[in-house]
Amino acid sequence: MIEPTALPLSTLADGPLFGLPLTRLWFGLLFVVFGTFLALDGFDFGVGALFATRDDDGEREQLLSAIGPFWDGNEVWLVVFGGLLFAVFPVVYGDLFSRHYLLMFAILGSLILRGLAPEMYEQRHDRQWQRYWGRAFIVGSLAAPFTLGVFVGNWLFGVRGVASAASLTIGLAVVALTVVDGAAFLGLKTRGDLRLETRLFGHVAQVAYLVLAVAALLLGRSASHIDVTAPTTLTLLGVTVVLAAVYVTASRRGRHYVAFAAVAGQVYGLVALVATLLYPLVDPAVGRTAEAAIVSPLPLNLTTIGAALLLPLVAVYFVVLYSAFDGPVDEPEAYS
Amino acid sequence: MIDAVIASRLQFAVTTIVHIIFPVMSMGLAPFLIYFTWKEIRTDEQVYQQLREFWTKVFAISFVVGTVTGIVLEFEFGTNFAAFSTAAGELFGGPLAIEGMMAFMLEATFLGIFVFGRDRVTDRLYMLSSVFVGLGTWLSALWILIANSWMQTPRGFEMAMQNGQPVVSLVDPIAAYANPRFPWMYVHMQNAAVLSVALFMAGVAAYFVWMNRDTAFWRKTMKIALAVLLISAPLQAIHGDAYGRHVAETQPQKFAAMEAQYDTDSSVGLKLLAFPTSFSDITDPRAENLFVIELPFVASILASGGDPGASITGLNDIPTEAPPVAIVFWAFRAMVGLGMWFILLAFWGGIRWYQGRLFDDDLLAKALVGSSLLGILTVELGWIVTEVGRQPWVIQGVMKTSAGVSPGLTGAEALATLVGFVGVYSALLVLYSYVLTRLIREEAPTRAATPTGDGNRGVTVPNDD
Repeated sequence: MIEPTALPLSTLADGPLFGLPLTRLWFGLLFVVFGTFLALDGFDFGVGALFATRDDDGEREQLLSAIGPFWDGNEVWLVVFGGLLFAVFPVVYGDLFSRHYLLMFAILGSLILRGLAPEMYEQRHDRQWQRYWGRAFIVGSLAAPFTLGVFVGNWLFGVRGVASAASLTIGLAVVALTVVDGAAFLGLKTRGDLRLETRLFGHVAQVAYLVLAVAALLLGRSASHIDVTAPTTLTLLGVTVVLAAVYVTASRRGRHYVAFAAVAGQVYGLVALVATLLYPLVDPAVGRTAEAAIVSPLPLNLTTIGAALLLPLVAVYFVVLYSAFDGPVDEPEAYS
Repeated sequence: MIDAVIASRLQFAVTTIVHIIFPVMSMGLAPFLIYFTWKEIRTDEQVYQQLREFWTKVFAISFVVGTVTGIVLEFEFGTNFAAFSTAAGELFGGPLAIEGMMAFMLEATFLGIFVFGRDRVTDRLYMLSSVFVGLGTWLSALWILIANSWMQTPRGFEMAMQNGQPVVSLVDPIAAYANPRFPWMYVHMQNAAVLSVALFMAGVAAYFVWMNRDTAFWRKTMKIALAVLLISAPLQAIHGDAYGRHVAETQPQKFAAMEAQYDTDSSVGLKLLAFPTSFSDITDPRAENLFVIELPFVASILASGGDPGASITGLNDIPTEAPPVAIVFWAFRAMVGLGMWFILLAFWGGIRWYQGRLFDDDLLAKALVGSSLLGILTVELGWIVTEVGRQPWVIQGVMKTSAGVSPGLTGAEALATLVGFVGVYSALLVLYSYVLTRLIREEAPTRAATPTGDGNRGVTVPNDD
């Protein structure tokens, strides 16, 4: 067998990359991947929630068409997050998922329902069938961000039981944020009354998100590693409030790209808040630091090289996909 | 109360057995879709457009169900097998992460274009999308099987202590990932997927040709499927044989279980049929208690690659507990038997085609219809041989499955999710079958083509649109 030191690969982890030690780089990158999942699949969830506010078959078809080509790719970011967490912090992957055993299965159940429902909805065009699958779509679209949010809350606050008041509040906050995200996305994808009416829900959800996010922080501040008044925390909260104002203003003025970017910024802001409140811990429930949990240098380097080559490529796929389906969904197209 | 280990293993078995159906459909359909798209763009013939559109619908629904069931599998390593995940994350997590970034992303993004974008993108990008979707499905299997083959024949690692826990530490990535088991698994799996889908297509097409509904579309489907069957069915036996030899060399315990060989012996025959003489022999098929029809020396020849006198190590001479022998033994026999049937079926169809009587043989049509799902069944049997046969090891010779289960997991929790998954996955199977049947009955082109004169018999089913 080759000695580990004989491979030049094992030296990569010694030095910093892009000015960051590899442990910190990966800690951050994992949250970037999770944030990308939440920003992208978040609008799928939000559109699913807004589906509940539409009775008209044509409008419902339009909502489904808006996310149709995208949601598969969006959801893969969660799979990539899982894979990278497994590859980089295997001990956290095992501990965290097995500790929140039943919650994990609630997440998986919600994702199954949410993934299946729109596909099933389109399979048959009779009322009964579409009513049931429409409901399943709504339930899955609300349950998935809620359970994911509770999971993130449990992770952040080091909850060892099923959930805490703080983590449940994070769950609700994430639901609100995905509704904002969905409304902002529909700003790009729809026109007329549909756009105006979903925008209203987006604005309400935006206010709810700000309230819930602050409430969650206040409820969870007793955990020893949470520093609510830290400069980064206050800055991120401030930026979120500004972005919320940008979203509301831009969506009113018809600047839909700006509005969508402002919501995406809030999603990354939330994820950055979680990351900065955690670090240097990666699993507060057992007091484990990122430094202690990181995989050894050789596999870490392989994953780093893999990600450095592949993630930019993935970004290209998304640009191709999103530009192929640029612009609002036309009604006739929605019926095809 | 059920043991957490048993419940976790059952749950993983249930979720895998159901999940594998959908990747098999995607991987098997991918080359067909690329071919249909290419012909559609090249020839502009309507039948290729119909073929591409129809089988894309089948692909899309298979992909969705495959995605939702696949996410569950990935996360089950963390929820139910946390000790394995912690210990083997160094070697096992990497391939999963690369699979997501390299393969799954490619497949999922370009599938969006492939399913929804025919009128939105150029022919060139559309063609490229079909290739990328196909490449994505095949690369997914590549990384998953790299991870799996390492568990079967682990190499390139050392046992080390990290943070006070024993970990399997990666030492030589090339030895670990360019694993000797991998090529056998990959070729056998991918060919099996193509073979299974060809059987499925041929079966569905045979039904409609027999019913005489839209002859052009279904006759084309049947011919293409049969052509693929003629190549893939014999190939499966050829590399299956070599794969078996590799198993005998590297996992003697699994091979002994496949042959129900308890005592080490030389000049061992291959049991073709083994009728139990008492009920208990069904669950423990020891050679001596069976009425056996066997090919003398063949097991020895298989194991050694030609030596009829070669010795095969029996289960009694292997210190670890044996895997459930009956399951492995019967699954292996059923897999090989079905594989032989597929070869026969392919040649039967090939001869009729050569005679110009492909669409006239009712018995052949019935045989194809009856066999349409047997390819997928055979894949399941093959995986049962592979995965049950390596027990009690989760990593062969390194870590036992019972040691890999999450330490804090209670039997009650594991049972609750097991019951949940049996329910949800059964429902998924019912739903998938329903949607597929409905697609085939109602969404396949129903326009009756103009009679082509080659044995167009019976009444044309009217257009029911």
